[in-house]
Amino acid sequence: MSYDFQFAFIFQHMDQLLWGALLTIRLSALSMICGLAVGIFGAIVSIHGSAPARFAVTSYVELIRSTPFLVQLFIIFFGLPAAGVQVDANVAALVAMTVNLGAYSTEIVRAGMMAVHPSQIEAAQALAMTRWQVIRHVVLTPALEKVYPALASQFTLMMLASSVVSAISAEELTASANLLDAETFRSFEIYLIVMGLYILLALLFRLSFWLIGLVVFKRRRRLGVARPRGNR
Amino acid sequence: MPIVEIENITKSFGSNQVLNGISLSVERGQVIAVIGRSGSGKSTMLRCINGLETIDGGSINVAGHKLTAKHEHLIELRKDVGMVFQHYNLFPHLTVEENVMLSPRIVKKVATEKARETAIKVLKQVGLDHKRDAYPEQLSGGQQQRVAIARSLAMEPQVMLFDEVTSALDPELTQEVLKVMEELARGGMTMLLVTHEMEFARRVADLTVFMHQGKVWEARPSKEFFSDPQTPEARQFVGAGNIK
Amino acid sequence: MIAEFSWDQFIFLWEAARWTVLLSVLAFIAGGAAGFVVALMRTSHLQILRTLSAVYIQIIQGTPVLIILFLSFYGLAIYGFKLPPMVAATIAMTIYTSAYLGEIWRGCIEAVPVPQWEASTALAMTRWQQLRYVILPQAVRISLPPTVGFLVQIVKNTSIASIIGLVELTQAGKLVSNATFQPFLVFPIVAAIYFIFCYPLSRFSFALERKFHAHR
Repeated sequence: MSYDFQFAFIFQHMDQLLWGALLTIRLSALSMICGLAVGIFGAIVSIHGSAPARFAVTSYVELIRSTPFLVQLFIIFFGLPAAGVQVDANVAALVAMTVNLGAYSTEIVRAGMMAVHPSQIEAAQALAMTRWQVIRHVVLTPALEKVYPALASQFTLMMLASSVVSAISAEELTASANLLDAETFRSFEIYLIVMGLYILLALLFRLSFWLIGLVVFKRRRRLGVARPRGNR
Repeated sequence: MPIVEIENITKSFGSNQVLNGISLSVERGQVIAVIGRSGSGKSTMLRCINGLETIDGGSINVAGHKLTAKHEHLIELRKDVGMVFQHYNLFPHLTVEENVMLSPRIVKKVATEKARETAIKVLKQVGLDHKRDAYPEQLSGGQQQRVAIARSLAMEPQVMLFDEVTSALDPELTQEVLKVMEELARGGMTMLLVTHEMEFARRVADLTVFMHQGKVWEARPSKEFFSDPQTPEARQFVGAGNIK
Repeated sequence: MIAEFSWDQFIFLWEAARWTVLLSVLAFIAGGAAGFVVALMRTSHLQILRTLSAVYIQIIQGTPVLIILFLSFYGLAIYGFKLPPMVAATIAMTIYTSAYLGEIWRGCIEAVPVPQWEASTALAMTRWQQLRYVILPQAVRISLPPTVGFLVQIVKNTSIASIIGLVELTQAGKLVSNATFQPFLVFPIVAAIYFIFCYPLSRFSFALERKFHAHR
């Protein structure tokens, strides 16, 4: 075998790859915040909205879940300009990731909200709270706490899926790798290192979510338990 | 002028007629015990009083509020009528203090500091102010139920409804809750309690209402009722309940 | 010259979809076989097997499918052959599937109640007999909903192969869109075709889940 692995050569260009990794983090973080907001809104509408609104949310979720992310990305990137809206690749990537994550988040948050026992809602109603107050103070926080691991998992998956946005040349880690490959032709080494970087990113995300969970959910931090024991 | 006026209310769930024309009058400061078999409609009647169930017919007047299906009126009514449930229903993600402060803060728009003062006051009343910073899961059933009572008291209601609040508790924890309820009664609170605690009803309630098949079967002063129930159904029910 | 989006283009999309189906089926079969081995390793008595398979799963699950695809496409190229996109894609999807199905099936094996192991041990069965006659039949039943659910993921992920030039459905969509200058028409149609494959699978998985829980 006459192939000459030249990893050292790649390490010289490490800064390009690390910059790409940073961009991936930024893109993912932004899409997570927006995607979660969409998800909470979608979940509330899917439970409390009018029949047409609920149908719209269900359709949105099923459409996203049954079609590839790459196709959704193409529809946004190639399709929108045809409809008159100018989009740059990075914006299209963020929008596509938000739309995609929003659908999965809607499902997840909805499941969490439905898991709040009706007796909790009755107790809140007996305390004269309005419907919105009940949702905000009694349903959402326990719901989010309960589905937090599922959300964190989905967010990490999205970060990995973000590699696909390199197909429209949006700037992130895989795109940086592709550029480096075009310059140096050391494909195998480059993608092997990039694989390692993604694994590290996945670990980093998991750790961060764990820490964030401790900070946001006071009860967890104090009691060190994953969720409340069957208290109705 | 009675503070609770229930006139001939009816309610059915599907084909099941649960309330068959109930009428009841409660004066301010009275304590009414509502007893009867499961399915006699006791809890349903209680839940109609604060609008958790809607009546099919008849009318209910509570503390000056007339019960309709309209949402805003229900909110106003619930500020004056507190309810404590069998399964306490404390909010698990909030501390005891936060549980008690929540509704006064967001519904009655009381300032946080004032809400905290009230919370401490009512928690003292039920003997649990030292557990202010605990989470519900760290408390026993009896303690959680007392917090639930404090949570309702913090809204400064005119009437308190108790729906079988000791039924889910172990016997040794039942007493601490009954003690709090007795103190409330002595303090002049108007209370309606659905209960299986016959001894408590005989001793503390002014009036005992025995319900059967969705109707008020007997409604008499407690001591008279328990020493000599008039109807055969009541006699059978009370006889089964071991009054000392 | 701008082509019209006509019936021919539509048929072209469906013909490309055959590659999507083929790739999905190959990935499922090969990846399933490998995944089965991974699952058995994950639940083995031997620590070394458990560790190796766990590391394998962690690595594959922590890597984007696209990177696995690039590695298989470029990786074997270092030995001189230029791999046809279909072969590279099949290898990549197989590896991806083996890790995820391996993990799913491990969970299903572990979900078979411990008393089942104890009873079959008491009946003097060897580990292979236990697996074959007692544990795996039950594990298979438990595994039906998530496995069908994952099949949906496989079909969607085949779209990645378009990036290395395989003319499956997504790539066909790109080609037609470029030829007709009507992305807003073509890509939604592409999405609809994926939907026709994936949504029924999704509902089937959901129905299996319901049926399964109804029995328990």
